[in-house]
Amino acid sequence: MSTGFALDAGLVLDAGLAALVLAVAVGAIVAGTAFAAVVGFVTYGLLLALVWVRLAAVDVALTEAAIGSGVTGAVLIAAAARLRPAEARSAAERPGVPLRLAAAVLSALVAAGLAMLVLLPSAPAPSLGPAAAVHLPELAIGNPVTAVLLAYRAIDTLLEKIVLLLALLGVWSLAPDRFWGGAPGQPHAAQQDGALALLARLLPPVGIVVGVYILWVGAVAPGGAFQGGAILAAMWILVMIAGLRDAPATGGRRVRLLLVVGPAVFLAVGLAGFVVADGFLAYPASYAKPLIIAIEVVLTLSIAVILGLLASGPPGRERQR
Amino acid sequence: MSAETLYGLCAAALVGLGLFGSIVDPQPLRKILAFNLLGGGVFLLFGVIARRGAAAGMAADPVPQAMVITGIVVAFSATALAVTLLLRLFETTGQATLRTGAPARPDPDSDRAGS
Repeated sequence: MSTGFALDAGLVLDAGLAALVLAVAVGAIVAGTAFAAVVGFVTYGLLLALVWVRLAAVDVALTEAAIGSGVTGAVLIAAAARLRPAEARSAAERPGVPLRLAAAVLSALVAAGLAMLVLLPSAPAPSLGPAAAVHLPELAIGNPVTAVLLAYRAIDTLLEKIVLLLALLGVWSLAPDRFWGGAPGQPHAAQQDGALALLARLLPPVGIVVGVYILWVGAVAPGGAFQGGAILAAMWILVMIAGLRDAPATGGRRVRLLLVVGPAVFLAVGLAGFVVADGFLAYPASYAKPLIIAIEVVLTLSIAVILGLLASGPPGRERQR
Repeated sequence: MSAETLYGLCAAALVGLGLFGSIVDPQPLRKILAFNLLGGGVFLLFGVIARRGAAAGMAADPVPQAMVITGIVVAFSATALAVTLLLRLFETTGQATLRTGAPARPDPDSDRAGS
């Protein structure tokens, strides 16, 4: 009796959460101003993180909250504030009723098709879970998601780091030539008091500990390099926005080193796999865990610096020599 | 109805909503935002598939989860690049529009304008 009630309560919670996600998403699409839309989008991301917890995917929930909602939200809010002068004119170019109607029909068809896939699942449900579980004892990694990211599909993770670096190069390339190597944007005015300054002083010590913990615990529980790196980046962005510390020159040797150290160590270990193990990105059996932890530590550093610089935008000042 | 089905339907609706927003909204920033909203729906579908694939003592299939984590990070890189392109367009033309033939104003920042 009590079990049945608990199940029902869980389903009520799920239904409420799904309705809330949809309502906030509609709000973000139809919002009157871009700023309101971005605020809606950040809320949407945080609610999605709760949905991920309900789907037993805590690793994804951490990533969604930190990167999908947090850092993306910071980039979008800054852009919405900069673009405000152009907003009214750009919003006036709304397409006519026929196009809006056609878009609505198309979107509804796509959604209906996906809903059909959800309602008519294949049985038994496809799963790579058993295949992923086979080698977990050898790797000595307790978190299967970390094992997939850094062992089974390590090439995806390596390439994704390269994508992050390429995106950063793309962002930097949009600056005028004379600013190349300079610090991003204009310095934020230093806030001496107010909520932001207080937060930027109080939160980072706690956030850094949490970030390092999330990285460390990633081997056995939800967490890992992305999630830890994103939290460290968020702390750094907070300090920069409050004007307590200025962003570094993008041409600085230390910054460049931090950017590439993670992918470089990952690639070096991957190449070493040709000699000491079965091939590219293969780990020698007895050293798998220490190697994975070492890669994660340097990756976390690089991810934090890359995310922080991506959020800071292209160089906007001449380089001080 | 199970929780997975419920969230699956929610994900399908999110994809439709994001697609509609990215087609209809004329503001490039709102298009980028709607596209990210669409991405959230696609990732959620992966989550539903992962949850249905619970096996071998795991609460959910780890492979789709890992793909989503990689996807979220790549989506962020693409968003940051797209937003920077948009801000550069605004700096150069004084407008944020995708309309072709929008009048451009000389760019005080560009190196070409100086020469």
